[in-house]
Amino acid sequence: MAFIDYYKILEIDKSATEADIKKAYRKLARKYHPDLNPNDKDAERKFKELNEANEVLSNPENRKKYDQYGENWEHGEEYEKARKQQQQYQHSGGQQGGFEGFSGFSGGGDYSDFFESMFGGGQRGSHRNVAFKGQDFKVELHLDLKDVYTTHKRTLTINGKNIRLTIPAGVENGQVIKIAGQGGEGANNGPKGDLYLTFNIANNTNFKLDKHNLYATVDIDLYTAVLGGEITASTFDGKVKLTVKPGTQNGTKVKLKGKGFPVYKKEGEFGDLYISYNIVLPTNLSHKEIELFSELSKLREK
Amino acid sequence: MDKDNWILLQTICSHYQVESSFFTNLRDLGLIEIEVIEQSLYINENQVHNLERMIRLYHELEVNPEGIDVVFNLLQKIENLQKELITTQNRLRLYEN
Repeated sequence: MAFIDYYKILEIDKSATEADIKKAYRKLARKYHPDLNPNDKDAERKFKELNEANEVLSNPENRKKYDQYGENWEHGEEYEKARKQQQQYQHSGGQQGGFEGFSGFSGGGDYSDFFESMFGGGQRGSHRNVAFKGQDFKVELHLDLKDVYTTHKRTLTINGKNIRLTIPAGVENGQVIKIAGQGGEGANNGPKGDLYLTFNIANNTNFKLDKHNLYATVDIDLYTAVLGGEITASTFDGKVKLTVKPGTQNGTKVKLKGKGFPVYKKEGEFGDLYISYNIVLPTNLSHKEIELFSELSKLREK
Repeated sequence: MDKDNWILLQTICSHYQVESSFFTNLRDLGLIEIEVIEQSLYINENQVHNLERMIRLYHELEVNPEGIDVVFNLLQKIENLQKELITTQNRLRLYEN
């Protein structure tokens, strides 16, 4: 458990007055408040640190204790004694509400081990605003590209509750789906929170995806490219026969309409598949082959 | 009108100890919609999420309704940019590996 420098967090020095602390706290809260920093875990962490620093430094008694034991808090015998005393206070309810000060920000609540060890875990500042609407849950769902090729059902366990969901085909990496009413309970008959699912989709296939279109490279041998022929290529869910035209150049692209990825929430609609031909030249030629290629080459020279 | 998804504004006022003029201010700025049902003011459940954010900005950061309007416009912009970023990153996968 590491020592936390609350002065550093609030960007003030040890001689700061109560007014300085309040000002510093307010200024930083305006910067890191979670409502101003959506989806920003760093800001969320900083905001928690700020609240904690403020709860300690804005309360003269706690500040004194913190200053006194400071970095040696873990070893000091004095600290131990104080801690025991602290626990007694807590049992007798002596310090209830001692942290209120001018705090009351939402998003507090989680304290560091350091804080809990020095000031006890029992005395949470009573936050003024308990949300009316229940808490929103945010969940990241890790799936493979193959999983989202078809619409399927999936059971998720969120906060001990099983939720059965239909995952529509074609959902995209990074997409967020809101499922109303599957969050925490509201207060005073307030509405339930919502569940936000963020899809994290890994592509471990040989296909590249751009929106609904798929891209793949298929090797063909020199002779098929020169003379034409039939090849079998893989699509995302099967195989397809393709006719290669005589004289096909390296890098030629073929569009296979409707063989791409399903379009989100548009059943039966698919993107296209683009296949690029990669012509593979023969290597390790035999004498006979070299002879024949030389002959061919001479034919072209004429 | 079906009152199932509507919440009496008074309930929210007393829950948050916010005066109702705050909400009418927000309505005048076009930030929320308030319905009158049988002479009482209601807001739709689907607005509560944003409304609570507005209340927090007001209470905790002392941002007034005009400031909240500015903040919401900027947040909308951030959200659009974040979406655009994800789309761009997904496209970038085409050219990687």
